[in-house]
Amino acid sequence: MATEPATEYSFEGPAAFEEEAKREQVAGMGPWRLGLRRMRRNKVAILFGLLFVLLVAICVAAPLWANKVAHTTSAENHLSDTITVNGKKTNVVSLDGVPIGPQYFKADGKFFLGADGNGRDIMVRLLYGGRNSLLIGITAAFMTTILSIILGLVSGFFGGFTDGTIRAALDVLWSFPVIILGVALGVALALGGFKLGPISIQGDSLAIPILVIGVVYVPYMARPIRGQVLSLREKEFVEAARAQGAGPFRIMFTEMIPNLTSTILVFFTLLIANAVLLEAALSFLGAGVQPPEPSWGTMISDGVERIATAPHLTIVPGLMLVITVLSLNVFGDGIRDALDPRAKVRLEH
Amino acid sequence: MARFIVRRLFQMIGVMFAVSVLTFLIFNVIPNGDPAVRMAGRHPSQTIIDQIRKDWHFDDPIYVQYVVTMKKVFTGDLKSYFTQLNVNEEIRKGIPRTFSLAIGAALLWMFVAVCFGLYSAVKAGRFADRFLTIIALIGISMPVFWIGALMNYYLGFKWGIFPNGGYVDLTDDPVDWAYHLILPWTALAILFIGFYSRVLRSNVLDTINEDYVRTARAKGLSERQILVRHVLRNSMIPIVTLWGLDFGAVIGGGAILTETVFDLQGVGQYAADAVGQLDVPPVLATTMFAAFFIVLLNAIVDIAYAYLDPRIRLQ
Repeated sequence: MATEPATEYSFEGPAAFEEEAKREQVAGMGPWRLGLRRMRRNKVAILFGLLFVLLVAICVAAPLWANKVAHTTSAENHLSDTITVNGKKTNVVSLDGVPIGPQYFKADGKFFLGADGNGRDIMVRLLYGGRNSLLIGITAAFMTTILSIILGLVSGFFGGFTDGTIRAALDVLWSFPVIILGVALGVALALGGFKLGPISIQGDSLAIPILVIGVVYVPYMARPIRGQVLSLREKEFVEAARAQGAGPFRIMFTEMIPNLTSTILVFFTLLIANAVLLEAALSFLGAGVQPPEPSWGTMISDGVERIATAPHLTIVPGLMLVITVLSLNVFGDGIRDALDPRAKVRLEH
Repeated sequence: MARFIVRRLFQMIGVMFAVSVLTFLIFNVIPNGDPAVRMAGRHPSQTIIDQIRKDWHFDDPIYVQYVVTMKKVFTGDLKSYFTQLNVNEEIRKGIPRTFSLAIGAALLWMFVAVCFGLYSAVKAGRFADRFLTIIALIGISMPVFWIGALMNYYLGFKWGIFPNGGYVDLTDDPVDWAYHLILPWTALAILFIGFYSRVLRSNVLDTINEDYVRTARAKGLSERQILVRHVLRNSMIPIVTLWGLDFGAVIGGGAILTETVFDLQGVGQYAADAVGQLDVPPVLATTMFAAFFIVLLNAIVDIAYAYLDPRIRLQ
């Protein structure tokens, strides 16, 4: 080992990028073009990015499967129904309560992955559940991103009293255990709905988990953004803009946000992954998506109750969840490596 | 230094106060039915409801309710709305279980993550590194209650290798205690092993290019000595910080899902059950308990940093 050259270890360390810079003609290329080049070379990340797009597409197409193949909806019970499998009539849920297993194409695509305890088609619920999980994940991540950018920018840029107030509020939110806060908000809102002036949300609306998840993760993103704004504020180009007479909002939008974009992009991808996971956790504890509306979290939660007789009810939605989150994590990592290899972005649970 | 610590402690108290107010508000401002009616049982008479209202000060302004409840938290008289059991007593019962889970899991994830991270960094770019990176990413992407439920079913129930949930006191039988906790420890640790090994890997790869590592190599130290004494020691600082914060977070609610899946009856599960019933006193108490550990570990990490790096004290 002792004879190996030191560069052996620096495969992906900073030195690798310095070498890359020397080796190729990169002078005159902007950071985005460089990033794109690196991204294009990272086949694994692209593959997983495409996988995520594919998953989204499949889930968006859920009604197609439900109407054309399975001929049922995500909430329709088939407790006392029978289907024809290979010419034989079979109960969807047997007399002692065991739901039918995966049929694949034996019943013309009906109950492709079997039924759950209420005789609902798992495949249809899986697709619609994915729609809900992804919708919540993406919207909540978007909400967190917007809130964090605003809070981080304002806090870091203005400093003083504004900064103190926002930081204190973020500290309080940060000290709240994510899951307890999420469950508390989720349960309270699900029971009472939400009314604020003209806005009124029903208790079983998907907007509630979105709202809860969107708020809970704000400190995890707003703090790092504030830190970056603090250092950007001292940069020469900001001083130059100020000397030219640019106001605070102009500086924020035209000078700072472009410099924050790579951080925001990476955070956004990883936030979707974490929001999807948190939605599942909240639904598992009964504070997320409300029944009969499906989501991967509620499906796992329902499945765990029947794990002894039908383990696939737990395994299948969990696998979908893992694949989705994994694809986002790998893709997000790829973006980070491409845009800002030295940044250490990390989200906590 | 003393001033820094005092200031940090005052901050802690402020945050704790805000957390308690916020928790109280969440459950009182949002309309969720009259707790007195729900407490009175199925066919309540008006006198019983009125009596409950009076006992719990439900008719008083919200700040009076808050003060009454908080006084009960500190005197230990807080009782659940529904079960009428003493909340502090219930939390005390859950503490050994939650701590057993958190401490064991924290040691496990630290040990495994250091092994994985170091090995991954040494083999950077080769098959072993790629393989461990994939494993780590899968670990990060798995919901803990899902893998926990599957482990419980297959390893505990179907194949009977491990006990199927439950908890045995450490003082009763240490071997049985550990035997019952192996599955929960593993389930909880998987996520953190993924994070930590990746952070450690990138730290080691950064450190390995430092001048003092080159010096160490130049003066003829063995590769093992360089790795352990120079590289690992310096790469560990951020990991130990994270460890402190995450340990606080796990005690303060991060273990809720694990406790629920394995039915450990710890503080987290108590909190989850209470939240489900909108039982405000236990929710308030467990949230304060959780926030206390999160804030405490945060403060300890900050103070340790200030002790090591004088520049932080002056901020």
